[in-house]
Amino acid sequence: MGGLWTFGLREYYSSIKGPHSYFEVRVNSDKIRSHVNNVDLLATFDAETLIRHADEVSSGGGILYDPSFTNIQVDKIESIETPVVLRIKARLAKQSLPATVAGILEEAKRRNLNLYPISYDDIIAKTAAQIGEHQLSKVSRIINVLSVAASFAILGFDETYLNQSIERTFASKKKVFEMNEIGARFAFDAVKALLKQPFPFQLRPVQNQPRILVMGNEAVALGKLVGGCRVQTYYPITPAADESEFLESHENFELLDGGQIGRKGSILVTQTEDEIAAITMATGAALAGARAATSTSGPGFSLMVEGLGWAGMNEVPVVITHYQRGGPATGQPTRHEQGDLKFVLSAAHGEFPRIVLCSGDMEECFYDAIRIFNYAERFQMPSIHLIDKGLANCSMTIPPPRADLIPIERGKLIPANGKGLGDGGEYRRFEFTEDGVSPRAVLGTPGHRFWNSGDEHDEMGHIEEDPENRIKMMDKRMSKLETAGREIPEEEKVNFFRSSKNEADITIVSWGSTKGAILDAMKLLEREGVGVEFLQIRLASPFPTETIREKLLGARLLVDIEQNYSGQMAAVIAEKTMIDIKNKIVKFNGRPMSQDEIYQSVRQVLSSPSQNRRIVLTHGA
Amino acid sequence: MALKLTDLKTDVHNDWCPGCGDFGIEASLKMALTEMPVDIDKVALFSGIGCSSKLVHFTNANGIHTLHGRVLPYAQGAKLANPELEVIAVGGDGDGLGIGVGHFVHAGRRNIDMTYIIHDNGVYGLTKGQASPTLKLGVQTKSLPEPNINTNVDPIMLALAAGITFIARSYAYNTKHLKEMIKKAVAHKGFALIDALQPCPTYNDINTKEWYGGEDRLDPTTKRPMPRTYELESAGYDGRITPGMSEEDEEKKLLQVIEKSREWGDRIPIGVFYQNETVPTYEERIVERLSNYLKEPPAKQQFSKDDGKSIVNLSSVSKELLYETMVLAQ
Repeated sequence: MGGLWTFGLREYYSSIKGPHSYFEVRVNSDKIRSHVNNVDLLATFDAETLIRHADEVSSGGGILYDPSFTNIQVDKIESIETPVVLRIKARLAKQSLPATVAGILEEAKRRNLNLYPISYDDIIAKTAAQIGEHQLSKVSRIINVLSVAASFAILGFDETYLNQSIERTFASKKKVFEMNEIGARFAFDAVKALLKQPFPFQLRPVQNQPRILVMGNEAVALGKLVGGCRVQTYYPITPAADESEFLESHENFELLDGGQIGRKGSILVTQTEDEIAAITMATGAALAGARAATSTSGPGFSLMVEGLGWAGMNEVPVVITHYQRGGPATGQPTRHEQGDLKFVLSAAHGEFPRIVLCSGDMEECFYDAIRIFNYAERFQMPSIHLIDKGLANCSMTIPPPRADLIPIERGKLIPANGKGLGDGGEYRRFEFTEDGVSPRAVLGTPGHRFWNSGDEHDEMGHIEEDPENRIKMMDKRMSKLETAGREIPEEEKVNFFRSSKNEADITIVSWGSTKGAILDAMKLLEREGVGVEFLQIRLASPFPTETIREKLLGARLLVDIEQNYSGQMAAVIAEKTMIDIKNKIVKFNGRPMSQDEIYQSVRQVLSSPSQNRRIVLTHGA
Repeated sequence: MALKLTDLKTDVHNDWCPGCGDFGIEASLKMALTEMPVDIDKVALFSGIGCSSKLVHFTNANGIHTLHGRVLPYAQGAKLANPELEVIAVGGDGDGLGIGVGHFVHAGRRNIDMTYIIHDNGVYGLTKGQASPTLKLGVQTKSLPEPNINTNVDPIMLALAAGITFIARSYAYNTKHLKEMIKKAVAHKGFALIDALQPCPTYNDINTKEWYGGEDRLDPTTKRPMPRTYELESAGYDGRITPGMSEEDEEKKLLQVIEKSREWGDRIPIGVFYQNETVPTYEERIVERLSNYLKEPPAKQQFSKDDGKSIVNLSSVSKELLYETMVLAQ
């Protein structure tokens, strides 16, 4: 709103109610793609948020809080883990402050932070009275809107935007809308009355442009609808399930169709009994001719691998959207990691080709969700769209994506009437061809009967253990990787960014959602005269070995940035190109990298370029 | 042109053991296909892993030989994407009631209009005769080092509990009966299960063809073997629940299934144990939500123009995500 660009980071525990969740929103007049270490305004509506995050407020910043918290003791809040309590207590003790909210507030005062006390209970009571609601608990749900309204007042942002947002959010529920609107007004006015001088950080509208606010899993869902995905199977898992739910709530949608007004399309979203059923059911749907996908996270993908192998063996274009989260095992279900790259590259026994495409931001999530179906059908192999929790749950303003930018390409698909491609003679589903890709019939195509088998098979699809056939079939399947490598354009394999300075002092190699923080950090480095290149690897299979080798060979100083323990992409690069990236910046505490962390750690690498080092980033709460 | 049995033959060498019950099931299925009004191009056979699952390669119809235990989700996925397909799944009792039992239960909850035939011989044949889930407690077939230590899964009872709406049993060597069961199963609107009892001449030396045929018990007067299987229908049994039936009558039907499922040994019932015509199919439930589902199922929807451009109206879908809708009057 107000033409401003936003980036939002959502952190939450694996729990329904109780433990601490928070949302960090960054606002800017230009496009931004990441969060920063500190916040200018900390808006709280419980004591825990204040206790956990007060030290992250930047100098000159402010804290919005309820004065009734003041006497709460840090160690009385059960949902704060003991090590965190001990850290906070030690910090306060060092300043001879009590381990209470009062101590935290005193610490803030000493740092000259602006304190904005607001009594939520009073506002809720006043709101309830005005709308004639006797049950306060029904009204207390508006507390988050109250904190937003109070923040608007502190930031000096036009309240019209606030009202518009409340209206849009609660448009369908009149009573809820009413109480939020009234409460927001009270909160806004209460803070206005407190302001003796303007808060140093003020929001002003800038030039307005059409834009959407989207999370990664919504962007993927939109891409799937546009890209023709018509069957989606899933088993509930964080952080993937939101995508399926979005699809299900948009299961009927409008088509742009000249002649037929009101023509609708639809997607069938099916919740399965487990992830094995999810991938095998989607594969069955793909065999019948639908563009079909399943969506999961690490633990679910672990279950899917047998189905992945079968789809590889039978050259089925099934799409798997994989949102990485902290692993192994249940790991950190709601936290961020890029720990599954090597797993998805090699998952399932035996050798078979697969596509692995890694998106780095919301727009890539959308467009790649279309591309991945094209790849799957053109090269007839299971195709993995690799994303992560950071992208899944972060929200960002982006220009409205375009439905017509990526043409739908279905490859060697035999038309439903059985005419045309592959016509004439006996149909052989796995016919040997020059590029390894055989004409593909779907179940029910007249005159194109076919067989599949997880066993090695002949061109018809019947079990065949002949050693010569085995070699030919392996060659056929694996050669499709070369075909894909040849046919996928370079710009879809990697992105290469460079700052305006002619010579690069450092070349960053990364993949996935680190893209945003790296691009934002590059701007800071560039401002300081540092020449930076950034190679973002998008296609992890087939691996663009030559493209990458060429970009990296001339680099003055290489650094690998990844959100995992070992630097998995660096290992893949070493394996494929023999280039060993000695400097690594990694993070595996479950929280995404911030712009500042990348800026600081790249600076650190630049300060002693001859050293080989592994820097472990630790920011996050 | 009527489909003939020879049309359903493939050139693939059949490597089942001589005397295997699989032959009877294959023959019954093929006979049923020739007698039913099906378009063979629309038939999609799915199988799991095991001796029986090779059936699809011996049959000249679309044949998808899937993973061990996973035949049902593959088959259901295809049927959901294109409800015009006539989907028939086959697999062994180990495949469907051991490793795949979770899918069996959930297939019942969905009630997708398809047929599933379990080749039930009590052993894992292809891995040399280990006990399968339907083998009774204490039974020691010849390749077992010790008697079976587990109680058995009863496919009929489990199917009933899972909500499967057509539950039948037949016997591989009573091809006429099995064929009729297959025809009824295919005609049933919803998920249909046939538990096809079959001997494994190589590894199950207890439930043999001779045993099923009652060769060990001769009629004292005629001196002829008294087969252990008997047909439910001829015993006056009717397992159908039809629209309009009272709750009380429905309950009687359910109890009757449980009662009949417990018969084993010298009297093994075959036939339709249960057929519930009142449960909506999954497809019907989908239509409640996606009104164009049957007319334009997922596999048949057009989603791009000839030039490849998507025809999805993206702005209508993403309307709620629109962030900048209004420009403030300055």
